[in-house]
Amino acid sequence: MGVDLTSNTAGIISPNPFWLASAPPANSGAQVMRAFDAGWGGAVWKTLGTPIQNVSSRFGAIKWKGNAGVGFNNIELITDRPLDVNFREIAEVKKRYPKHAVIVSLMVETRDEWREIIKRSEDAGADGLELNFGCPHGMCERGMGSAVGQEPAVNERITSWAKEFATVPVLVKLTPNVGDIVPHGLAAQRGGADGVSLINTIKSIIGIDLDTLVPQPTVGPKSTNGGYCGAAVRPIALHMVAALARDPRFNVPISGIGGVTNWRDALEFILLGSSSVQVCTEVMLRGYRIVEDMIEGLETWMEEKGFQSLDQVVGKSVPAYSEWGDLDLNYEIVAKIDANTCIGCNRCMVACHDGAHQCIHPNPNGIQPIVDEDECVGCNLCQIVCPVPDCIQMVKVDNGYTPATWNDHVNDGAALRPKKGAH
Amino acid sequence: MGRVPADRAEAVFEDFKAAYSLQQAIAESERCLYCYDAPCIQACPTTIDIPTFIRKIATGNVKGSAKTIFDSNILGMSCARVCPVEVLCVGDCVYNREDSPPIQIGKLQRFATDAAFEAGWRFYEAGADTGKKVACIGGGPASLAAAHRLRMYGHSVTIFEKRDVLGGLNTTGVAPYKMRADRSEDEVDWVLGIGGIEVRLGVSVPGDVSWAELESEFDAIFLGFGLGPDKFVGGEEGLSNVHGAVDFIEQFKLGAVDLSDVKRALVLGGGNTAIDAVRELRGLGVSDVRMVYRGSEAAMAGYQHEWKAAKVEGVRGVWHTSPVSYEVDEGRATGVRCVLTDESKKKVPGSEHVIDADLVLVAIGQAKIGELVAGLDGVQVEWGCVVTDASGATGRKGVYCGGDCRNGGKEVVNAAAEGRDSAEAIHAYLMGGQ
Ligand SMILES: Cc1cc2nc3c(=O)[nH]c(=O)nc-3n(C[C@H](O)[C@H](O)[C@H](O)COP(=O)(O)OP(=O)(O)OC[C@H]3O[C@@H](n4cnc5c(N)ncnc54)[C@H](O)[C@@H]3O)c2cc1C
Ligand SMILES: Cc1cc2nc3c(=O)[nH]c(=O)nc-3n(C[C@H](O)[C@H](O)[C@H](O)COP(=O)(O)O)c2cc1C
Ligand code: SF4
Repeated sequence: MGVDLTSNTAGIISPNPFWLASAPPANSGAQVMRAFDAGWGGAVWKTLGTPIQNVSSRFGAIKWKGNAGVGFNNIELITDRPLDVNFREIAEVKKRYPKHAVIVSLMVETRDEWREIIKRSEDAGADGLELNFGCPHGMCERGMGSAVGQEPAVNERITSWAKEFATVPVLVKLTPNVGDIVPHGLAAQRGGADGVSLINTIKSIIGIDLDTLVPQPTVGPKSTNGGYCGAAVRPIALHMVAALARDPRFNVPISGIGGVTNWRDALEFILLGSSSVQVCTEVMLRGYRIVEDMIEGLETWMEEKGFQSLDQVVGKSVPAYSEWGDLDLNYEIVAKIDANTCIGCNRCMVACHDGAHQCIHPNPNGIQPIVDEDECVGCNLCQIVCPVPDCIQMVKVDNGYTPATWNDHVNDGAALRPKKGAH
Repeated sequence: MGRVPADRAEAVFEDFKAAYSLQQAIAESERCLYCYDAPCIQACPTTIDIPTFIRKIATGNVKGSAKTIFDSNILGMSCARVCPVEVLCVGDCVYNREDSPPIQIGKLQRFATDAAFEAGWRFYEAGADTGKKVACIGGGPASLAAAHRLRMYGHSVTIFEKRDVLGGLNTTGVAPYKMRADRSEDEVDWVLGIGGIEVRLGVSVPGDVSWAELESEFDAIFLGFGLGPDKFVGGEEGLSNVHGAVDFIEQFKLGAVDLSDVKRALVLGGGNTAIDAVRELRGLGVSDVRMVYRGSEAAMAGYQHEWKAAKVEGVRGVWHTSPVSYEVDEGRATGVRCVLTDESKKKVPGSEHVIDADLVLVAIGQAKIGELVAGLDGVQVEWGCVVTDASGATGRKGVYCGGDCRNGGKEVVNAAAEGRDSAEAIHAYLMGGQ
């Protein structure tokens, strides 16, 4: 034992790094208290602002092998509940759960409105504030949400207002609906943000009802673009988190969000520089109870790897995220199929034949295909399609070349090994 | 503890349900719907949080998965193998309601608990010493579950077991194609691994140690002595080739049996012990094995899924037939004299006939031995079973009971649940004043 999961995100302390993201699971006091009872370390309250009116329906989902919600989409706006009620409940939660983190997500327009809502949030006992500059539907049309997050100058200005009024840490929640996330993170930092959270949802159309021809989620005879989230967006979110984490100019903490379904996913965000991790869709689909496994899985992994505290893990994989031009072109691996465990489905063969470099061939003497190692480019497509764990291994080849990157080659003329499979 | 010998006749049996590989376990666990307030949990007498342990396999948190199982049922490893899941958790999986194959909960539970045994993960430590002492009578599943929970609370525990092996019927009785005796002993070691459980083997209560002695030395007593010997038809005395089924099963599970001369075997009875016995005789190499039952195939007490498997293995049923006596030649039975029975199991006059056999196992039930507690005033016995309230308390202060001797003979998982819950009640009783 003896693993400390305490998380510190820009001075916001929570007993573990797992927070509810600002969304329906953090919509009310009763919900947040149930979540804390289940084990969540913090919650970012459903975004407060001038209460809105929502539509129905609001959600759409991608099904994969019978599992609905691998990708998820919503056209919901910010809170529709009166502000007094929200603040009363926030105060109640903080009174009953003083050690858990309650971060209040905010989205308003004018400087006066920001002053007012920040004061009320702090009076209610908020441990931190999250500025929602990310909502990609509805609110942006009113000049808020991603309309702010997409304009570095506006982002910086509003962040600096918030910092002027706030005494608790301020996180800026960034939108992924931009070409490059870095200038937006830097704008928040210039505005004085104590940290950033990302990602909010990605502009999307999740599907079309092929009988009515109306896109989903359908609101009567029409629909609109919504925000995409859930497991499918995780790679995009991980990249954006990592892009900020490794930028030398960027140096405030990150709260990672996007497609986290279990402890492994959360750990990936932490390894790429997130001090805390927020979850929305998976909780919507399966409930607060998923957090028990997240805590236990992370603890067990840290024990096994010899880490005692979370800060030893945060950002551990960032140094290994490099530019393409700094990868070693002389590093060579080839596929090896374990004849003992191969079940003869030939999926590697068709993948290599049609989708790679035509170097896996039928075996005249058995069910296990044979890799022509002289031709194998080491792309690992076969390993990805193989249904048997560890059956296809990518094995290092000693080709006698010293490591050389593209940059070494261009700048210093470093020798590159001959290309494989390029005839 | 006292390891069973290696050259046991049961060693020829393979697992009827094979263990999952990693990929099979992951594929099956990912199929689980992770239901909320799931019916499978309610169907488990120890109410293991099944959806949670299965999700943990899917996320790669196998250690946490095993802990979820053991938190509810410290005998989760043996239960994974021996539970009749078809009529418990698996039988209640929601997939049954839409005619889809239910989740193989038992196999997944085996995957996680085997991994824990393999890796030597330990989850529980004994609580701080309370100075209270509890005696557990019998070393079967009920007492083991009680003893472990009592140690978690810091009470000192002594198990009195009349045999020289622990584990009760889990070691001496369950079919070897579900679990062999050495695996049950692994589990005994795992349970005793919490430390501080004293074991007195070869000690029978109240024969070797009286109730009065126990009550003066211990602050509470847990009764987990199970059921008694096999019942008989009558006329078996002195017949060298007629055995009580449970007794015979113990013989080949713990040692050798010679069946080389046996061509035709009969098993009398229609319960689960009878079905186990016919499958076991087939597995031990007897070619002609028949089960003689006085009711119909549909009305037998044994589980239909078990009987189906027996039939696949080549066993035959003789229905509406009731044994009355033995045909004897020089101290051996040569056959069983039977009568036919009608739909209401009544004998049909004039239907007597003999079924030849050179081995007969009698599986018509085990005696109930509640009379063991005769010296404990206040402990009530009805139909041979010790009477308790829902918590396991008997009518005498400080005396609790669970398992077969209380429920009349159910499953290992019921004994585990009653043992665990009795320990909770004993703990509350012992700490009541504090
Ligand atoms: C042939 C057979 C097959 C079975 N198969 C299955 C199965 O596949 N799955 C399943 O779930 N259940 C099965 N059962 C039922 C299951 O084994 C029992 O329900 C379970 O073992 C009951 O546990 P227990 O601790 O109450 O009693 P037991 O397991 O009977 O343990 C009682 C212990 O007390 C000891 N004892 C008895 N009298 C005294 C005394 N006077 N002093 C000291 N010690 C004493 C005994 O030696 C024994 O070790 C089977 C039963 C039988 C007979
Ligand atoms: C129904 C729904 C409502 C949301 N509402 C808000 C919101 O009010 N404020 C906000 O900052 N983000 C909101 N989000 C975005 C989430 O907080 C989160 O950033 C996003 O869903 C990605 O995380 P996930 O993949 O775990 O769902 C909402 C998401 C969903 C699905
Ligand atoms: S999830 Fe609840 S609120 Fe939403 S449509 Fe179904 S019943 Fe209504």
